[in-house]
Amino acid sequence: MTRHVVASVGEIAPGTCKVVTIKGREIGVFNVNNEFFALINRCPHQGAPLCRGAIVSRLVAPSPGEYRLERQGEMLRCPWHCWEFDIRTGQSWCDPDSVHARTYACEVEPGDALAKGPFAAETVPVEVEQKYVVVTV
Amino acid sequence: MDPSSFQPIDCDVHPAIPSTRVLLPYLDPYWREHITRRGMEVDNLELSSFPANAPLNCRADWRPERGPAGADRTLLCRHVFDTFNSRYAILNVLNGAQIMHSEDLSAALCRAINRWIAAEWLDRDPRLRASITVPVCSPELAAEEIERCAEDKRFVQVLLLSQTEMPLGRRQYWPVYRVAEKLGLPVGIHAGSAQVHAPSATGWFSYYVEDYVQQAQGFAGTLNSLLTEGVFVKFPKLKVVLIESGVTWFPAYMWRINKTWRGVRAETPWQERMPSEVIRENVRLTTQPFDSPGSIAGVETILEEIGSDQMLLFSTDYPHWHFDGADAVPEGLPPDLIRKILVDNPLETYPRLA
Amino acid sequence: MNVTLLNPQIETTQQSHLGFIDCDVHPYFKSPAEFDEFLPKKWREHRASIGGRTRQGLAKASNYPRMSPGNGQRMDAWPPDGSHPGSDLPFMQMQLLDKFNVAYGLLAPLVGGSAGERNIDFGAAMATAVNDWQLARFCDPDPRLKGAVQINIEHEKAAIAEIEARAGDRRFCQVNIPPRSIEPLGRRRYWPILEACAANNFPVSLHLGGTAGHPSTGGGVVSFYHEEHPSYVQSMAALVTSLVCEGVFEHLPNLKVVLVEGGFAWLPPLCWRLDNTWKALKTEVPFLRKKPSEYVRQNIWVTTQPIEEPERPADMLSTLEWIGIDRVMFSTDYPHWDQDDPRFAFKVPLPEEWKRKIYHDNAMEVYDFE
Repeated sequence: MTRHVVASVGEIAPGTCKVVTIKGREIGVFNVNNEFFALINRCPHQGAPLCRGAIVSRLVAPSPGEYRLERQGEMLRCPWHCWEFDIRTGQSWCDPDSVHARTYACEVEPGDALAKGPFAAETVPVEVEQKYVVVTV
Repeated sequence: MDPSSFQPIDCDVHPAIPSTRVLLPYLDPYWREHITRRGMEVDNLELSSFPANAPLNCRADWRPERGPAGADRTLLCRHVFDTFNSRYAILNVLNGAQIMHSEDLSAALCRAINRWIAAEWLDRDPRLRASITVPVCSPELAAEEIERCAEDKRFVQVLLLSQTEMPLGRRQYWPVYRVAEKLGLPVGIHAGSAQVHAPSATGWFSYYVEDYVQQAQGFAGTLNSLLTEGVFVKFPKLKVVLIESGVTWFPAYMWRINKTWRGVRAETPWQERMPSEVIRENVRLTTQPFDSPGSIAGVETILEEIGSDQMLLFSTDYPHWHFDGADAVPEGLPPDLIRKILVDNPLETYPRLA
Repeated sequence: MNVTLLNPQIETTQQSHLGFIDCDVHPYFKSPAEFDEFLPKKWREHRASIGGRTRQGLAKASNYPRMSPGNGQRMDAWPPDGSHPGSDLPFMQMQLLDKFNVAYGLLAPLVGGSAGERNIDFGAAMATAVNDWQLARFCDPDPRLKGAVQINIEHEKAAIAEIEARAGDRRFCQVNIPPRSIEPLGRRRYWPILEACAANNFPVSLHLGGTAGHPSTGGGVVSFYHEEHPSYVQSMAALVTSLVCEGVFEHLPNLKVVLVEGGFAWLPPLCWRLDNTWKALKTEVPFLRKKPSEYVRQNIWVTTQPIEEPERPADMLSTLEWIGIDRVMFSTDYPHWDQDDPRFAFKVPLPEEWKRKIYHDNAMEVYDFE
């Protein structure tokens, strides 16, 4: 496992995703209310580019006709068959116990800590004053 | 296979109303006058869905000398109880009274039918039980009739027709489900149509064989409605029995409905559980007709795909013609499942039988 | 667990998934004015003023809105210029045709509204226009794409004329008939059109959708897209029932019928039910000389999408065997939301011979591409 700098914190605005390629895998890095999460860009159903789907909320109804909007901006909807996934955990909504999208550890590190290495930053130049999103693959 | 050794419970038997006239004594006096004024007592209220003399609807050796099959109680009891050695039979009336457009007229006729069933059938043979006949176009009046009849414990189920004016899951029907769940009565949804709409999205078929085949698709639409409208979320203890549906269409149906749910669930967010899970808990199927693949291996596969040994309930669908002799149990059922289908599942589904 | 997941080892496109024949591809327009080029002036004006009229309450939108933008498109299929998925040929080539080295892509244009149009002269004119448009925008620039002849089913004379006009033009491979017509397609009033298809060696493709003004189910108007989507299966079943029981295949033994976008696991139980019910009611339809299931096996093919997802993936195999391995043809339904990826649609390994047939050889048998 290696750690990879994928973006500066400011580069991924809240409610958006940046897709990067690490070790041949496409991985989506999400900013959910200034927390960062990384999911593989491949839906476990039929291989769709999951992270190019819509970032949505959870539409919930405890009873027919009683609607609630929950987990705003924390769900990812596959661009193909619309399966919903929890960005934080990768769990699917339809079968949380056994269907999930692969997640990767994702942390924010200050530039000066990264300067001590080891890390890979193929395309992101690191400056010590900035903070960066680091994914472990 | 002949089920006699098990003393099965027959969950679908059709008595016929020999003539509307027999209902006159059981009508409220106001409605007796109303009906006779209009000459309706001589009307034959046979449903288009079930032409009485079609070979499918009347097995040749069950046909009486006179009148429609199922109209003579002695004959029906002999055929049903002697042939199959059943311990109980549940009577399901199929009659135009259920679908009359005028709500109060329909309710009055249904009341009379239920009284007639109690007096001339249930009172005369202790092995008989019945479903409550209700007006399909008025859920409120249906709920009232259910409350009234339910006091007689020999009524074990509410009967609805599968295809009426609007899909059965619609909120307008919820008074029926509310009272059925409250009273612990399963809702039996029987093949049949009010034929207010064309039987398919592509219009009206020419032939009865087509209409009858289509009944299986009608059940698919009905069950979709119950699921997507959230009937089982609102009424989680409700049991629904699909009667005379054909059975083998069911696995493919469940696969498709699960698949659609995974992607479209957000439209009906109260559907939190996978539909097949809800179905296995709340829905049952009677066994005749059993549209068999024609091989034991095929039957075994279908049963495995149905995936629940609690789902099937034995029925003959008397006097409809789906099998010959006493061969009411489809070939290919594993032995350990047979007793469940013939006795245990019906007892579990119809608590009033105990 | 009752969902089979992607095998994480599969990273590359497998050999058997290249060079396949895609039996359902949807072209679209960048602007409805694209059809004007192919319409006579009076119909151009009609299209812009009164416009299309179908048997539903909403004039311009679906009565059952889909769950993805663009009336149910794959969210990553929007071309860079923002035009509608399926409207940009280079983008379609990149995402589908070139990516998988597709041998042929069979177009199902659900555009123009010709099929269900109530003004049947306008409907016939739109059918001709959409046919010309397919050739100009898709089939001529990329001959891998094969057109489907559009007709207005209620205008018998114009429909037959259009079929005859396109006969022999191998850029078209089939005739598209709406699966929801006012009466079931097996009814005798439609036989002259079916006769024209058979006589001119065009298979009939029945691609789901549309409305003829009847509720989607025999039990009334459904509330949700969640019900509408699976109701297409019931419509397909109705079509099979009608075509078989009316004796269409006794009358036209060479007519080929392809059911598109209906899935397929429902077909074997329908055949069992047809056979069982027909046994008791033979006297009603004495012109049928074979069992209903024999006609299905003789005249009807299915495309795979939306592929069935059995709870036990291996049940796919018995399902395919029940239908007949030579009667199933692969389709993606690109670019709709519920389209299938040829690499990952089947969750159970198929025997090599099955793959060849389903992905390629069956379609070569059914269609006359060159």
